Amino acid sequence: MKVLMPANLPEALGLLASDGAAIPIAGGTDLLVHWPIRGEAHDRTYVDLSRLDPLKALGWTADELMLGGLTTYWDVIRDGRAREEFPLLVHAARQVGAIQIQARGTWAGNIVNGSPAADGVPVLMAYDAVVVLESRRGREEVPLDRFYSGYKQMQRRPDQLVVAIRIPRRRYSYQVFEKVGARRAQAIAKVGLAVTRSGAGWRVVAASVAPTIRRCPAVEGLLETGTPIASPAALLPAIAQDVAPIDDIRSSAQYRTHVMARVLYHDLRDFWGKRA
Amino acid sequence: MNLDSAFRTPHSALSVSFTLNGAPVAIEIDPADRLLDTLRYQLALTGTKEGCGEGECGACTVYLDGLPVNACLVPTYQVRGRRVETVESLDPASLEPFERSGATQCGACTPGVVMTAWWIREHPDLLRTHTIRELMAGNLCRCTGYDGIIDAVKDAIGDA
Repeated sequence: MKVLMPANLPEALGLLASDGAAIPIAGGTDLLVHWPIRGEAHDRTYVDLSRLDPLKALGWTADELMLGGLTTYWDVIRDGRAREEFPLLVHAARQVGAIQIQARGTWAGNIVNGSPAADGVPVLMAYDAVVVLESRRGREEVPLDRFYSGYKQMQRRPDQLVVAIRIPRRRYSYQVFEKVGARRAQAIAKVGLAVTRSGAGWRVVAASVAPTIRRCPAVEGLLETGTPIASPAALLPAIAQDVAPIDDIRSSAQYRTHVMARVLYHDLRDFWGKRA
Repeated sequence: MNLDSAFRTPHSALSVSFTLNGAPVAIEIDPADRLLDTLRYQLALTGTKEGCGEGECGACTVYLDGLPVNACLVPTYQVRGRRVETVESLDPASLEPFERSGATQCGACTPGVVMTAWWIREHPDLLRTHTIRELMAGNLCRCTGYDGIIDAVKDAIGDA
C-alpha cells in the first residue's frame, strides 16, 4: 500500500492528476471499515487529505453556507447558525453513527461514497446544495440533484476533488428529515426522506429506495399542484414513478414503499390538496 | 488478533511523530497500520480494545485532538503532528462511578465507555444540546444494559 501526503491543495490535485487510480482519503470512516481483512484495499494508492487545513472550515456569506471539502458532521452540529438556518443538516448529522463517526466523517465523503442510504446527502439535496469540484484543469460546479447517474456512479472524474459544498440561504416554510432504521442510533436507513418548501418550491428527496439518492419529481408535482391525497395508498402511483426500491439485507421493497407512502402522507397532511 | 500482520505484504516504513498522552512519540509505521494496532502492538497501550473493527461499537474510543474517535478507523499516518489520548491517560478513579452503578461486567466495552463519559464530563456544555444517552450511543455494551452506564455518567458529572 502507498499513501501520498500532500501539504496543500495544489499538491493534492497534482497527485490525483498523475495517478488516476489513487483514492482520496479524508475521515476514513468508510475506507477503513474491516480494514485488516480487506487485502485488495491494501494494494491501492491513497492521497491523504488530512493536512489540507483550508478545506476544514465551514463559512457563511450573505447568500450561502459553504461547507469545506473536509468539514465534518460534528463541525455542523456545533455551529449555532447551522442549527437555526439549516436544521435538517444538524438533524441528519446527529443520526450518522455517533460522536466517534461524526467527529471524523465528512459531508464531501458522504457525497462521493455514493451510498443510496447516506444520511447527509438527502438533506443537502433538499437544500439545493451544489458540489464544487476542483482539478488541475479548473473548477466545476454540479448541482447535487444532478450529481449521480447510477449506483455509485457520479459526475466526478478521478482527478477531481470535492473542495466545497455550496448551500443557498433561503427562507423555509417547511422542512423535515425522517430516517427509518432498525434502531434510533448506529443504524443504516431503510428509508430516508428529506422534504423542504421555500420560494424555490417543494423538494422531496428519498434515500434507500433507489440506486441513488434522488429527488421525487412526481411527489413534488402533487404538492405543487395541490392534488388532493386522501390516504397513503393514493401516493403509490407517484412513488412508483419516482423510486425503485429493492429487497436487501436491511429491508424489503414492499416495506420501503409502504413506509415511504405513510411517512409522506402523515408528515405532509397539512399540505395535500392545497395549492402552492 | 492483529490480522493485518498476517496478510500484508512487505512495506516501506513511514516516520510518524505525534503527542500521545501528553508526551511526544516518534515511530516508524507501515502505511496500512490503523491507530488501534499501533497503540496496542507497537506502543503496548492495550487499554484500547478492538470490538467490531467497523466503527460501530466504540470499544476502541480514543481522543484525537480532543474528540472521541474510533481508533479502528484512523490510519496511523493521519495522526502526524496531532494529539492522541488513550484510556491510559485517565485517572484510574475514573472507573469508580461505573463500578458503583453496576455499569461494568465483562469489561470489553469499558475503556471506550469511560473515554466517552469523561469527554462529556470535561465538556458539560454539550448537555445543552445533547442528552447523555445520545452522546453515549457510539459505545455498545452487551452485558449491563445502558441504564447503569447512563447513571454512572450522571454520577461522574456530579448529577446523580
